[in-house]
Amino acid sequence: MSVRRLAEKQPPTFVFTLENLAWAKAQIAKYPEGRQQSAVIPILWRAQEQSGGWLPQKAIEATAELLGMARIRVLEVATFYTMFNLAPVGKFNVQLCGTTPCMLRGSEELKKVCRRMIGEQDHVTSDGMFSWTEVECLGACVNAPMVQINYDYYEDLTPESFTRILNDLSLGKTPKPGPQVDRLNSAPIGGQTTLLDKA
Amino acid sequence: MLADKDRIFKNLYGQGDWGLDGARARGAWDGTKAILEKGREAIVNEMKASGQRGRGGAGFPTGLKWSFMPKATDRPSYLVINADESEPGTCKDREVMRNDPHLLVEGCLIAGAGMGAHHCYIYVRGEFIRERERLEAAVQQAYDAKLIGKNNAHGFDFDIVVHHGAGAYICGEETALLESLEGKKGQPRLKPPFPANMGLYGCPTTVNNVETIAQVPDIMRRGAAWFAGIGRANNTGTKLYCISGHVERPCNVEEAMGIPLRELIEKHAGGVRGGWNNLLAVIPGGSSMPMVPAGPDQADTLLMDFDGCRDKKSALGTAAVIVMDKSADIVKAMARISYFYKHESCGQCTPCREGMGWMWRVLERMAEGRAQKREIDMLMEVTTQIEGHTICAFGDGAAWPVQGLLRHFRPEIERRIDEYTANPHPEPLTVAAE
Repeated sequence: MSVRRLAEKQPPTFVFTLENLAWAKAQIAKYPEGRQQSAVIPILWRAQEQSGGWLPQKAIEATAELLGMARIRVLEVATFYTMFNLAPVGKFNVQLCGTTPCMLRGSEELKKVCRRMIGEQDHVTSDGMFSWTEVECLGACVNAPMVQINYDYYEDLTPESFTRILNDLSLGKTPKPGPQVDRLNSAPIGGQTTLLDKA
Repeated sequence: MLADKDRIFKNLYGQGDWGLDGARARGAWDGTKAILEKGREAIVNEMKASGQRGRGGAGFPTGLKWSFMPKATDRPSYLVINADESEPGTCKDREVMRNDPHLLVEGCLIAGAGMGAHHCYIYVRGEFIRERERLEAAVQQAYDAKLIGKNNAHGFDFDIVVHHGAGAYICGEETALLESLEGKKGQPRLKPPFPANMGLYGCPTTVNNVETIAQVPDIMRRGAAWFAGIGRANNTGTKLYCISGHVERPCNVEEAMGIPLRELIEKHAGGVRGGWNNLLAVIPGGSSMPMVPAGPDQADTLLMDFDGCRDKKSALGTAAVIVMDKSADIVKAMARISYFYKHESCGQCTPCREGMGWMWRVLERMAEGRAQKREIDMLMEVTTQIEGHTICAFGDGAAWPVQGLLRHFRPEIERRIDEYTANPHPEPLTVAAE
C-alpha cells in the first residue's frame, strides 16, 4: 500500500463542463438502474483530465454529488487507485516502469535521465512542462524498458532515445509512440519467427 | 513447432488490419450463428471436451467454470472479462485487444450464450488507454454491423460495455475486479459465495481472462478435437508466451502448450544473452511464480505447460517468461518484485499488508549482504505465515517468488552476508580509528 493524501494547495471550485456532464450521463447509462456508482472511475478520470491531469478535492466532491455517493466513498476510490494524481503533474507526466522485467533491461539508466532532465520524482519542473514518477509494471514487458508519457507508451528505450523523446516534447514536437527500435510492436527484433505463411 | 495454420492469433503483431474487415478475412465472425444455435449445453460441452484451461493464471477448466452458472434464475447473469493485465512479465492480452479485438468480442458473444449471460463487461486496466480505445472501436463496429446488441443477426441479445480501472494490480483478482466494477476500492471478497452465485451486483457472474475468451471462437469453429490435439493431455491447446528479460530478442509468440523452455527461447527470442549456458534462472509464469534455476533437471528440461511447470515446483501462471542471465543481480531482482507487492497490496489483510513491506526491507538488506544468516530462515518462516493466510491469492503470489529465491539461491545470499561481514565498509575509511 502507499499512503496517498490530498494536496495541501487546492483550487476553490470545480464545475464539470457541460460537455463532460453529458458524457458522464452517458457513462452512467451503461450500468443497470441504481448502479450508477459503477461509473465512478471513468468519471473521476474525466474530472482529472478536465483539471489538467490531477484530481482536486472539489472535483472529488463534484463527482460524489453527480453520482449520489457519500464523499468518503469517492475519496476512498480516488486515494486507492494510483492513476489518480492527487497533486499537480507536468504537462507531460512521465510514468517510468521500474518493475523487474524493465529493471533487468535498464530502467535504472532511464531514471538517471529523468533525474538529469526533469529533477526529483513527483516534482513538476518550474515551467510546468514535465514531472516523472516510478510506477509498477505497465504491461509491456517484452518491449522493456519503457515509459508512459500521458496516454502513450514509449518502448524499447535507451538513455539516448529517451533523452531525444523528452527533448522533442519540450520543443513541441510529437515523437512517435511505440517501440523506439526497428521492430513491429511485440514481434522479435529482426523479424517475425511465426505467422510467415501468407496463405 | 506449431504450424501457422494452427495459430489462433493471426494478427498478433498488428501486421494486418485490426478492424472488422480484417478480422473477417482472418476467419472471425464466420458461422457464429450456427455455433450459437447449437445451444448452451452443447457450447459448454464443446469447451469441456477441448480441455482448455483458463489463460489468466490459475488454469481452471473453462467449460467447467461456465457450467457453474445457474440454469434458471430471476436475476440477470453477467460475463465479465478480466483485461486488467498487470502481472509483471505479462503483456499478451494487450496484443489481443489492440491487434485482434474481434476475436475477443466474438468470444464474449459465444461465452455469453454458453452461460446464459446477456450482459458483458470488459474491465481493461487503466494504463491501457490506447488499447481500450481500440477495443471500444471494435465493439462499436460489432454493434454497427448488428453482430451484437439488441435484435442482432445472431438471435441472442448481447450487450458489451468496456469499463476501465485506474492502476491497481489487485483488480486482476476476480472478486476485487467485481468490487472495482461496482465503483468501490478493489479489495477482494471472501469466497464463498463464489461469483457464479453472487458476483457482480449480487448476480451470477463468470470472470474469464481475455486470452481464454479470444480462443473460444476458434475452438468452436475448428472443434474441440483440434484444440485438444495440440499440446499434452490436461494441458491442451495453444498459448501466448511473453518472453522478456535477458534474451536476445524479447517477444510475444503463440506456441503449443508444453513446448520446452529452451526451444521456446531459442527459436523465437534469439536465445539467452550469451548462450544457454549463461542462464541463471527463469521465472516461467509471471512474477508471482517461483523461479526455476538453470540446470539439467531444472530449466533445461522445463516444459512450458501447467504440469511441466508444476514438476519444477513452479507454475505456468500467465506464461510470462522472465529470463535472467548470469549478469543479473538475482537478490536485487527479487527484492524489486517484493517492492512491487508491497506497493500493490490492497491493505485488507494484516499478514499481507505488513508482511509485504517486511519481506521487501529484508530482501533489500540481503541484496547488499547487510543481514544475519539466521534471517534467511526467518524470512522463509514469514513467507509461510503469509501464504494461505489472506483472503485472496495475492499473499501466496508474493510469498512464492521469495520462497523460490531462498530455495535455489541461499548460498548466494550467504556469500553476500559473508562478504559484507568481512568488509562492512565498501569504501576504505579515510580517518584512522583513534
